Amino acid sequence: MEKPSPSAIENSVARNKKCDKLFAVVGLISTLIGMLTLATLLGDLAIDGLARIKPHFFTSFPSRFPAQAGILSAWVGTILVMIVTASTAVPIGIGAGVYLEEYAPKNWLTAIIEINIANLAGVPSIVYGLMALGLFVYQFRFGQSILSAGLTLALLILPIVIVATREAIRAVPGSMREAAYALGATKWQTTSDHVLPYSMGGILTGVIIGLSRAIGETAPLITIGALTFIAFLPDPPIKADFPFISFEWLWSPFSVMPIQMFNWVSRPQAEFHLNAAATGLVLMVMTLAMNAIAIYFRYRFRKRIKW
Amino acid sequence: MSKTEVAADYPQVRDQIRAQSGSVASRKIRERIIEFGMFLCAVFSVAITVGIVWVLVYESWHFFANVSLVEFLTDTQWTVLFENPRYGILPLVTGTLVTSVIALLVALPLGTTIAIYLSEYANSTVREILKPILELLSAVPTVVFGYFALLFVTPILQRVLPELPGFNMLSAGIVIGIMIVPYVSSLSEDAMKAVPVHIREGSYAMGATRLQTALRVLMPAAFSGIASAYVLGFSRAVGETMVVAVAAGTQPNLTLNPMEGAATITAYIVQVSLGDLPHGSVAYQSIFAAGLTLMALTLVFNIGGYLLRKRFREIY
Repeated sequence: MEKPSPSAIENSVARNKKCDKLFAVVGLISTLIGMLTLATLLGDLAIDGLARIKPHFFTSFPSRFPAQAGILSAWVGTILVMIVTASTAVPIGIGAGVYLEEYAPKNWLTAIIEINIANLAGVPSIVYGLMALGLFVYQFRFGQSILSAGLTLALLILPIVIVATREAIRAVPGSMREAAYALGATKWQTTSDHVLPYSMGGILTGVIIGLSRAIGETAPLITIGALTFIAFLPDPPIKADFPFISFEWLWSPFSVMPIQMFNWVSRPQAEFHLNAAATGLVLMVMTLAMNAIAIYFRYRFRKRIKW
Repeated sequence: MSKTEVAADYPQVRDQIRAQSGSVASRKIRERIIEFGMFLCAVFSVAITVGIVWVLVYESWHFFANVSLVEFLTDTQWTVLFENPRYGILPLVTGTLVTSVIALLVALPLGTTIAIYLSEYANSTVREILKPILELLSAVPTVVFGYFALLFVTPILQRVLPELPGFNMLSAGIVIGIMIVPYVSSLSEDAMKAVPVHIREGSYAMGATRLQTALRVLMPAAFSGIASAYVLGFSRAVGETMVVAVAAGTQPNLTLNPMEGAATITAYIVQVSLGDLPHGSVAYQSIFAAGLTLMALTLVFNIGGYLLRKRFREIY
C-alpha cells in the first residue's frame, strides 16, 4: 500500500471534521423538525378552531348546523369511558406488574407472560377493536355500550401500565425489602407498605400516559360501534331515590371526542372542519396536559427519592 | 432471647400484633389469596392474546367458508359492499404497503439521525429537554394527525403537485412517518447508548470523529436494537388507522402510485364499522379476515426482523 502524503491526511482529517460539524447541525435540525411539526399542528388547530371554542360548544349536542353544534355528548362520553378504563386497567395492570416483579417464579409460564406482554404492545389498536367486537359486543352481549368501550381501551393500555409498574418497582432497592423482612413483615406487607408507596411516582406516570393514550384512541371504538351522532346523555350515575347510585350508564350507547372529531373532519363542508379543529384543540390540550403532568411526576419523584 | 419469651414478656405487644395481622395461619392464607389474585392479573394478559387470536380466526373461518382463499389472495378487486361482491385483498394490501413505505422513508432517516444526535452529540441538558418534547409527538391523538394530513399537508403538497387529488396516500404516509419518528428514534438511541463505552473510546483513540464512530462502529454494534426499532416503526405504520381513514380515502385501489387515493386494510375496517352491518353477514366477517391479514403482515415483518437480528447480532 502506498503511504499517503501528509497533506492528503490533513485534507482527510479536515473533511471528516467538517462532516462531523455538519452532522451536529443536521441532527439538531432533524430533532427540531419533530417539534416544529408539533407546533404547526397546534397552531393550525388553533387558527381554525379557536373561534368555535365558546361556552355553548361544550354545552350543546352535535347538530346539522355547524355553528350550533357542540361536543357535550362527546366529552361526557369520554369521561365515562375513561372511568371504566381506569378502574379496570389500573388494578389489573398494577397487580400483574407486582406479581411479575415480586412474586413470579422463574418458569415457563412467567416467560410466556413476559413475551406476551411485549408482543401485546405491538398489536395495532384496531385489532383490539375487532377482538372487542367479537367478544364483548356479541359474545358477552355487552352491546355497543360504554362498558364495551371502556373495557376495550383498558385492554389496550394494560401493557403500558404493566411495563411502567415493573420499571418503577425494579427501581426500589432490595435493601428496602430486606429491612421489612427483617422486622418480620410478610411478603404482602412488604410490598404494600414499602415497595408500592416508593414506586407510586413511576406507576402514576405510567397510568397517566396510558390514559392519555386511551383518550385519543379512535379506531377500536369505531370498530365496536361508537355512534358518530348522539343527541342525548347517558343515565346519570346518581339518582334521587334509593339506592342513589345507578349503573345504567354502563349500557348506554356513546360517542367520544376523537370520534366526534373524525365525524366532522370527514364531512365535505368546510364549516364542519372548524368544529373538528376545535375538538382537536380540546383533545390536544387534554393529552398534552396529561403528558406534562406525567413528566413532572417522573421528574419530581426522581429528585425526591435518594437511596 | 427466643420469640416466645418476648411474647411472654410483653403480652400487650403480642396481642396488638395479633389484633393487627391475625393469627399466623390466617395471615398465611391471606398471603396466598393475594398472591393468587395477582397471578390472575398477570395471566389475564395472556387471555387477551388468546381472545384476539380466537376472535380473528373464528370469524375468518366463517368468512373463508363463503369465500375461497384463492380468490381472497389473487383477485384484484375488493368490492364487498357492492351488489356482486369480489373479495380480493390485494388492493387493500398495496394501499397499506404504499402508505407504510412512504412513512418509513420519512421516519427511518429522520429517526436514525435524531438518535445519533441525541446519543452522541447532544449534552445531557439538551437531551433532557428535547427528548420528552419529541416523545409528545407520539402522544398526539391519531385523528388529529389525520386532520393535519387532510387539511394542512395535502393543500401544501397540492401547491407543488397541482394534479394531486384531495385524498392521497402521499400525504397520509408522510404524516404517519412523522408520527412514528419518536418510536424509531428512542429505541435506536437506547440501543446505541447500550454499546459499551470502551468500544466508543477505542474508535475515538484511533482518531475517528463522532460521526465516523456513530456510522461505522456504533450502528453496526447496535444493529440488533436498531433493527427492532425499525420493525416496531413498520408495525406502527401498518396498523395506523385514523390518518389513512381521514386522508387517504376509502376507495380500494390496486396501485403503487402514492399520488392516488386508496383504502388500506385498516381504513376498510373503519369504513365497514361506521355502517350498520348485520352481525354474521359476509361483509361483517370480512373485517375479521382483513384484521387477520393485518396481523399476518406484521408477523411476517417481525419474524423477518428477528431473523435479521439473529444473523447480525453482536455480543459483548
